[in-house]
Amino acid sequence: MTETKPHINSKLIPILKSVSDPEIPVLNILDLGVVRSAEIENETAKVKITPTYSGCPAMDVIGDDIKTALHEAGYEAEVELVLSPAWSSDFITEAGRKALKEYGIAPPLDATADKEALLGNKKIVECTNCHSKNTHLVSQFGSTACKALFKCDDCGEPFDYFKCLI
Amino acid sequence: MKNEILIKYIFSVADNALILGQRISELCGHGPTLETDIAMTNISLDLFGQTRGYYQYAAKLSEDGKTEDDFAFLRNEREYINVLLVEQPNRNFAYTVARQFLFDHFHLLLMRELQDSTDDNLAAVAKKSIKEVSYHVRFSSDWIKRLGDGTAESHEKIQEAIDDLWRFTDELFHPTEAEKTAVKEGVGVDVSALKTTYYENVSEVLKKATLKIPELKYFQKGGKNGVHTEYMGFILADMQYMQKTFPGMKW
Repeated sequence: MTETKPHINSKLIPILKSVSDPEIPVLNILDLGVVRSAEIENETAKVKITPTYSGCPAMDVIGDDIKTALHEAGYEAEVELVLSPAWSSDFITEAGRKALKEYGIAPPLDATADKEALLGNKKIVECTNCHSKNTHLVSQFGSTACKALFKCDDCGEPFDYFKCLI
Repeated sequence: MKNEILIKYIFSVADNALILGQRISELCGHGPTLETDIAMTNISLDLFGQTRGYYQYAAKLSEDGKTEDDFAFLRNEREYINVLLVEQPNRNFAYTVARQFLFDHFHLLLMRELQDSTDDNLAAVAKKSIKEVSYHVRFSSDWIKRLGDGTAESHEKIQEAIDDLWRFTDELFHPTEAEKTAVKEGVGVDVSALKTTYYENVSEVLKKATLKIPELKYFQKGGKNGVHTEYMGFILADMQYMQKTFPGMKW
């Protein structure tokens, strides 16, 4: 991980934790790593978020949800979309990875392993149902831009794999 | 550099993404299989996302209060400066794959250079795009191999599409005046310098796919100067319809 940790005012952490990705409700936006900074200036909470993928349609919803959550907590809110530093799947926290797995989405591997997995060279993506690594890639693009579709050859379960983006 | 020229440079990069994104969005609900349908629409979404990044920046630079929607939906055909390649129709899946493949390899090289632009906004969009475009390259190159080294029929169709679209590739490497100025300022990428690597990379995949590399002496160009093929008007009619019927409409 080369990026510095985002600067987030500790008072805002519980509020931001209550906002989740609309496509992956078990993953809050802090664990997803899209919040790049959150600060309070004169009763106004200023939050900067970065999209996972350029065209991610969830960003507008996440922005609105953040505003609503902050308003409910008594803050004026400003949400800004920033592109730099570009989001990386390394920004997903350990807790986030665990939540993804429990939800049935295989968390991203590291970059080299990801390539091997998506090229079908190695069987290393673990089935979220039976934990077997005897799985294969069905499609590089899954239900959303950030996921690929896999299928388990042992239990037959189709599942999403959160692609590595570094 | 004057804002006007910088905006033109931004269009020379962004219009390709917009028009190709629009083209492949036609496959939404019409892809040959569910997986390819989803893949094409995902790629389309990536391209639209990237386009927004560019147009939002251009809107900030614009001195007459233009918005990203004005740039996307309210320009006339001659004002779009995308290359001819990206506006070519989806005649069959082989054409869709070949067009994507021929553009993706260029796109990746362009983004790799643009990330070092002295313009922070362009560098940021490029850095973000590289990650997405790498996946596009992988997807389209895999399909080239699958179709080329597949059945006799798939081989024939993909070869025909490559042969037919090849004449639009040279245009990618001819810089416009705005591009030349942007290069001088360290903002833009010298596309002419990408040509050798491009043809090497593309040829390598074609060889693996057991396909012939076209030997062509005549190339077609014009899109970068706003002179398009007959297909462009139809794309715009479809794409601009809502904004022209309901001006200022928002989702």
